[in-house]
Amino acid sequence: MRNEYRIALAGNPNTGKSTLFNALTGLRQHTGNWAGKTVSLAQGSVSFKDKTFQLIDLPGTYSLFSNSTDEEVARNYIVFEKPDVTVVVLDATSLERNLNLALQVLEMTTNVLICINLIDVAEQQGIAINERLLTNRLGVPVIKISARNKKGFPMLLDTIDRIVSGAIECHPAQMTYPDEIEAQLKKIEPKVSEFVGNHLSSRWVALRLLDGDEALLNEINKRLVPEGG
Amino acid sequence: MRLEELYEEAQVLSTSKLRDEIVQHLYERSHQLCHEGISYTKSKRDTRTDKLDAIFTSPIFGFPIMITMLGVLFYLTIAGANIPSSMLAEFFGYLEGYLTSFFTFLHAPDWLHGVLVLGLYRGTTWVISVMLPPMAIFFPSFALLENYGYLPRVAFNMDRLFKRVGAHGKQSLTMAMGFGCNAAAVISTRIIESPRERMLAILTNNFVPCNGRWGTLIVLASLFMAANFTGGLKSLVTTGVIVGIVMFGIVVTFFVSWVLSKTALKGIPTHYTLELPPYRKPKIFDTVIRSSLTKSWSVLIRAVKVAAPAAILTWVFANVFIGDTSILMYVVEFLDPFGKLLGLDGYIMMAFILGLPANEIVLPILLMGYLSTGSLTEVDSLVDLKQIFLNHGWTWLTALNMMLFSLLHYPCGTTLLNIYKETKSKKWTFLAFLIPTIIAILVPLIITQTARMFDLL
Repeated sequence: MRNEYRIALAGNPNTGKSTLFNALTGLRQHTGNWAGKTVSLAQGSVSFKDKTFQLIDLPGTYSLFSNSTDEEVARNYIVFEKPDVTVVVLDATSLERNLNLALQVLEMTTNVLICINLIDVAEQQGIAINERLLTNRLGVPVIKISARNKKGFPMLLDTIDRIVSGAIECHPAQMTYPDEIEAQLKKIEPKVSEFVGNHLSSRWVALRLLDGDEALLNEINKRLVPEGG
Repeated sequence: MRLEELYEEAQVLSTSKLRDEIVQHLYERSHQLCHEGISYTKSKRDTRTDKLDAIFTSPIFGFPIMITMLGVLFYLTIAGANIPSSMLAEFFGYLEGYLTSFFTFLHAPDWLHGVLVLGLYRGTTWVISVMLPPMAIFFPSFALLENYGYLPRVAFNMDRLFKRVGAHGKQSLTMAMGFGCNAAAVISTRIIESPRERMLAILTNNFVPCNGRWGTLIVLASLFMAANFTGGLKSLVTTGVIVGIVMFGIVVTFFVSWVLSKTALKGIPTHYTLELPPYRKPKIFDTVIRSSLTKSWSVLIRAVKVAAPAAILTWVFANVFIGDTSILMYVVEFLDPFGKLLGLDGYIMMAFILGLPANEIVLPILLMGYLSTGSLTEVDSLVDLKQIFLNHGWTWLTALNMMLFSLLHYPCGTTLLNIYKETKSKKWTFLAFLIPTIIAILVPLIITQTARMFDLL
């Protein structure tokens, strides 16, 4: 059994994603280059029980629609490099805006952990978050932490551990779109499924094709289509 | 090519408002989740952030506060770096004595001592003692401002100006990155969505003096511009000059952005949302340790990596003779007429050319050239340093021109490489080299010719 796992950190800018990354990895960091694009992402490791988690700090973005290079980098890492777990870091004080990104990630990949940061600030402001309800609604673990005060880290690491060991199964809730879009999806998704197989979520790819995401199209061609094929 | 067919099919099915509908649904779902999952026990308005924003982003106080902050940051860096810098220089000089006696003890040949001690060791340690202290102050202070949440406010203030010249407001954030390192800042332009505005940010980033140029700017400003002042006032005048230089760089940024957006990069600026996060008290200790350890260290390593070979090369150039003139002198004499035209000289031009790999080494190379032994004599104090410059006919005008040339000239090798990687275009990389170079030649040329015309010297 392997004991090294890749954990990607996604999140909006200013959610304390990097604070979390730094607090967990300490000075065990370096910058790695990833295939396809000359992109450097900060990487660091953290040991938990008998396992080593390689944390990858993705660029902070507001969405993953590949508007900017940053968004493309984060998106490509999640769908093509397939980290063992994608942790989405949200700001407890502006959860409504932050949840957008989480919902997008849930459409893209299965093993997702929602990590609500800055819970100490939120509590000061009188914001109470029912994480159990959110866990039920979203189909993936939702936990609360305060990266600045290093609170909630054992819970976070334990949950990651239980996801990679299979003790927790993630069933990310999928968005239901208006009938018109759903009908279009129904037409195109089976064909996409034939093409991408188990590599990518066919529903998500179909949605992106409908959206006219040419950058993704090129990326799929580059990564999934064999040379000369 | 089946995926392309699928794409075509999807495009036929899809409607133009699909993206909007998707986004709208995401928002509705978020709203619904929050409605169910969150309860508020207090009124949640963060009044402190609102009050602070009223001051920091105010149309009246915004800019003065920004310039003051910049000034304070520079002042802390300049005043604070003085003593550790001279202590480091002293320490390295002390070590050199031992190194030299070690080489004598081994009966090492003169050239080996020359290359390793006079070239490599002196060049590298100079870079360390001049660069490390300002970095160790500037980076952590800047990181504190960043963590406090002030930088997005800077972007907010600058937005109007950038929009007016046809550029993107987020360019001010990438500019701020440029104070640390232009090469890193070029990568940071990825936060700008529109390719046109991103290109503007890349092409003009160089007009913000990076860490590698701080040393040059600070040394020259304190030697020639603040020469008649002492103590705290001296640092204050130096700071004033540096702030002026930086302001000039920003003016050039706006000007070049404006010209480009009217010519080669035509277009109107796109809209974007800029989030103003709440002000948060930074974890001071963590921030300071992290930024001084990781950032300063990595920049320093890079500086040493390029300084070492350049120092050796310069020593070799200065000590290999063709006839009775060294290679170095041939180059200097060749460049001299052109340098003189700009109010500089052949040595300075050579230093900038050899300094292409990294701006950190321009001043050390220049000194090596002036001492024409290809090695730095132990420059014990800045007074000695000034004497070397004066012996080569320097005036305040030479210093000013060199500072401006340093501010405006072509980006360093690493930055150019990053520009190529990010733009994937030889043409734009070449322009990123050409535009600053032309400006860096024109500005000193105009200043020098004007000064000569009015007999200011």
